[in-house]
Amino acid sequence: MTREIYLRPSWLVIVLLLLVVILFAFDYSTEPLKYENARTTSRITPEEITVDHSQFPNAEVNQKCFQCHGQSKYTYENTEQGRMVNERMYTELIISPNDFYLSNHRSFKCTDCHSEEYETFPHPGILRMEYKYSCLDCHEGDENYAQFHFEQIDAEFMESVHSQKHSEEFTCWMCHNPHTYKINARTNENIRETIVYDNTICLDCHSDFRRFQLLTDRERPNLIKSHDWLPNQELHIASVRCIECHTERTADSTLVGHKVLPKELAVKNCKECHSSKPELLASLYKYEAQEVRSMDGIFRGITTSDSVVIGASRNQTLNIISLILFAGAVIGIGFHATLRILKK
Amino acid sequence: MTQERLYLYPIWIRFWHLVNALLCLLLIITGISMQFSAPAVALVRFDTAVAIHNIAGIILTINYVIFFIGNLFTYNGKQYQIEYRDLTKRLMAQGKYYAFGIFKGEQPPFPITRDNKFNPLQRFSYVFIMYLFVPVVFISGWALLYPETIPTTILGTSGLHLTDLFHILSGFIISFFMVIHIYFCTIGKNPGANFKSILNGYHEPH
Repeated sequence: MTREIYLRPSWLVIVLLLLVVILFAFDYSTEPLKYENARTTSRITPEEITVDHSQFPNAEVNQKCFQCHGQSKYTYENTEQGRMVNERMYTELIISPNDFYLSNHRSFKCTDCHSEEYETFPHPGILRMEYKYSCLDCHEGDENYAQFHFEQIDAEFMESVHSQKHSEEFTCWMCHNPHTYKINARTNENIRETIVYDNTICLDCHSDFRRFQLLTDRERPNLIKSHDWLPNQELHIASVRCIECHTERTADSTLVGHKVLPKELAVKNCKECHSSKPELLASLYKYEAQEVRSMDGIFRGITTSDSVVIGASRNQTLNIISLILFAGAVIGIGFHATLRILKK
Repeated sequence: MTQERLYLYPIWIRFWHLVNALLCLLLIITGISMQFSAPAVALVRFDTAVAIHNIAGIILTINYVIFFIGNLFTYNGKQYQIEYRDLTKRLMAQGKYYAFGIFKGEQPPFPITRDNKFNPLQRFSYVFIMYLFVPVVFISGWALLYPETIPTTILGTSGLHLTDLFHILSGFIISFFMVIHIYFCTIGKNPGANFKSILNGYHEPH
């Protein structure tokens, strides 16, 4: 007699549950990316990349400036007293040579933009009144830079709250230091780096009261408090650029919106972002489900939630395949049933 | 030869089956309504469909536990054990009967007995539905009820998306099974005989 071999189907369920446990144990994380990780892994500080300055044509000439302005202190001979003096360089006047040679303007001579009179020391006092070029002074109407749409950026900027409130006091330089500015959104393939780079520009003033005070007498801004309505605040700040919610882009040609809106007009509706991209929608779905449960209790959370993963399962191909299979089954059944009736 | 009526479905199986059938119908209707929902035309109003689907899903899980424990500790569990020996041959024989034999008035190759109440095709499909796809559908369903428990990424893809996909796919397979299951239930002594059996517990032989 052959021994009968049976498969106990209860094992299937046990294996299935084990698989779920393994999947959950495998790289388990319900947070897209921790804020701390986002900062530390994506921020490549200029100090980490050292540049060989000598490769630049004007490095030697510029070195005359950098020997004082490239560090936190400088030394000069006081001819009146006949001794060497060590002085502290004002923070605002320090330009890191490394940052400069990584920037877009790295091939420039300092005296391309600054007066040649700076070559004398001590610098003549009148030079403090020197005109500081704005971006458009060089880039306006230049065919070589047409792809960057400087004119469009300027038009947006003129309508921004920065320009409207502070007029000419607020220049391109407030956000883009010409000594260190490096094109980012267009060239950086690491989106996290771009987010940190762009947000740092905003936070340089909006979270640094000393810089903020330059233009306003308003009380110290508290970004954490003013964004306390925003769920998962840290995660948003690490994953989204400030300008996504605080600017209105008037054209697709510029990657960075420059029409900064008054705070009352900033995007506050979650669905503005969490509606088209499935990943974004998924995170909103998680948040909503938790919120409904915490506010209304588990039972009401289950019965009153009016959301499912909208869009996530709306796979057009799968829908079509399922409809074809269903139609096939119905036709097959119809055919079989008709034959049964006829052959009865 | 007339066989005697067989008492095949004890009261707990009939209760479980009835609840399971009604819940599956509710879940399929509300599931389809949500899957293909459009603001203008909805089979069931969206929020109502979500609420019904969630509650029915929870009861389905509880009902499944009854089924699972019942099969673990009663004789009924043996009906769901698949015998490997000649499995393909037996499946083919039953398939051949449904495809050709039935129209020639042949007798079913695997007559229903107390020890063998499912034919090989039934046994095979019931095992896959009840022990694979139903667990997948309710495990993924519970995960979607508590989406924060779902890993953000599973094997490099969105965890929520994957869970949802498993839910939809297994839901579809169960719906597909249900249509075929209901049709095949009309193959009996008369088209209504098997439906009567699952309600009163007695199988009427052909």
